[in-house]
Amino acid sequence: MSRTEGAITLPRPPKEPERTAPPPTLTPRRPVIKVLRIIALIGATVIFLYPFVWLVTASLKPRSDVFDNRLWPREWAFENYVTVWDEAPILRWVLNSTTVTLAAAISVTIASALVAFGFAYFRFPFRNLLFGLVLATMMLPAAVTMIPVYLIWDQIGLESTQIPLWAPNLFGSAFYIFLLRQFFLGLPRELFEAARIDGASYFGLFRHIAVPLARPALIVTFVFEVQASWSELMRPLIYLRDPALFTLPRGLKAVLDQFGQGGEMEWEVVLAASVITTIPMIIVFFVGQRYFVQGIATQGRKG
Amino acid sequence: MAAFGFLSPWIVGFVVFTAGPIIYSLYLAFTNYDIINEPELIGTENFQEMMGDPRVRRALWNTFVFAVMKVPLTMATALALAMLLLRVGRAVGFFRTVFYLPVMTPAVAVGILFLLLFNGDFGIVNRALALVGIDGPNWTTDGPWVKPGLALMALWALGGTVIIYLAALNNVPQDLYEAAAIDGASPWKQFRHVTLPMISGALFFTFIIQTIAAFQTFDEAYTAFFGNRATAAFSSDAALFYVIYLFQQAFQFFHMGYASALAWLLFVIIMIVTAIQVRLSNRFVYYEGQTR
Repeated sequence: MSRTEGAITLPRPPKEPERTAPPPTLTPRRPVIKVLRIIALIGATVIFLYPFVWLVTASLKPRSDVFDNRLWPREWAFENYVTVWDEAPILRWVLNSTTVTLAAAISVTIASALVAFGFAYFRFPFRNLLFGLVLATMMLPAAVTMIPVYLIWDQIGLESTQIPLWAPNLFGSAFYIFLLRQFFLGLPRELFEAARIDGASYFGLFRHIAVPLARPALIVTFVFEVQASWSELMRPLIYLRDPALFTLPRGLKAVLDQFGQGGEMEWEVVLAASVITTIPMIIVFFVGQRYFVQGIATQGRKG
Repeated sequence: MAAFGFLSPWIVGFVVFTAGPIIYSLYLAFTNYDIINEPELIGTENFQEMMGDPRVRRALWNTFVFAVMKVPLTMATALALAMLLLRVGRAVGFFRTVFYLPVMTPAVAVGILFLLLFNGDFGIVNRALALVGIDGPNWTTDGPWVKPGLALMALWALGGTVIIYLAALNNVPQDLYEAAAIDGASPWKQFRHVTLPMISGALFFTFIIQTIAAFQTFDEAYTAFFGNRATAAFSSDAALFYVIYLFQQAFQFFHMGYASALAWLLFVIIMIVTAIQVRLSNRFVYYEGQTR
């Protein structure tokens, strides 16, 4: 695991280190192979994009046409969105999801950065052992701690609020601590030494040197957690009982149970709610795209 | 001890949300606990009950079958796509976006898409199969086809793995291919003896991560098949994955002791599987600078 320790550098925006050098060539370029490759890529692109297109267009079709698999609706049914708006507290759920997601992402970014800086800058006894423990928690199945953690929230009477969905993030999260520590380790130590001589406090080092330089890595952490938190289903299922507190995925599940499978079979309503749940993440991806790609690639290099 | 100040959030969190719960969960595994009454110590009764519980056997089998289908399928497809992307030049950004977008789709929406795209009568998957003369199965209602269907749907979200493989492939030194080509190695031999060993670290990493995730699969299957009485009768069988059963025991029936025992069994299984994978990796994974 320690093979590339300290070697990970996230790029600073706006420059992305795209590989522009001639890519590896296994064989001399043969036109037939090139054409086949292009066909395969186009095919894969169609397969990967089709479900989105289907989802959006089907959500705009009247009930009888939902399964007609036409790319362009024969008849537009914008009223599906009105129906779902009337039948379910969609706006409430959007606001709930937004609050929970922001609380989760902000707290995990700040806390993980503090802890990561502690591991990267200071030398203290049992440091590696302790960091090993951080990494070990990544392997722990959530199922093991799920029940006692629920009992804790139950004890303090918060088991049917949104707090359990984000508050644990106030203590940082192993993967982000790992990611940010790698980044901090890559910063030249002299920067910190010089500031120390000028009388900066340890927190000053963190706040005024480490954090500004680590902006790309902090954004990676933030956007990853936004995605994870927004999409989460299991904890909202465990904790949220009152539909007024539901997050969007939990609400979407409720809409599915009421209108879809085994319910009224009004799939167009379910699809409209699905689109509303998905679109914010698509926007987040386009805004933070390079950070997602960098975060994932970093994750892979850990191995 | 300024370091302690920085580490304190994690230390507190570790004690309260990880270490404490692990110990308490182990204790609960040996009790009968319904939340209302105090936990009652019952020795190994939960574990004995588990051994004889046909639903546990069913859930373990389903989970295992799903993992065995999903993990290799995902890895092979992601590797094929990453290799295609190696030679597209500047367009790589576009394709990475295309392959990563599904990862952003919330799992509940993926579960819903599964029900509709894989619908046996109207779904696009069977329509497409019909074009090549195949009469597609009822993926969402015919027991034996549910897990293959879910595994195929899971392929949609393989973008992360593609990016990991692409990064690894880009790190393979070009001169290795040149040397191999000079020695007359065929494309297949170059793939087998240069590419695969050089990216074995990334392959192994995703193998472990994917396996652990597959053993804990919940969201899509729960969305599509549970939580609604009308679908419960059917779903209790083919789509009953281990964590779904655990979730039901804990939060629908409030069998907290039994569910804790189930959680520990899962933990032990995952540890054993991971240990086997790590042993395998010592044989197959090549790390740069390593001599043997």
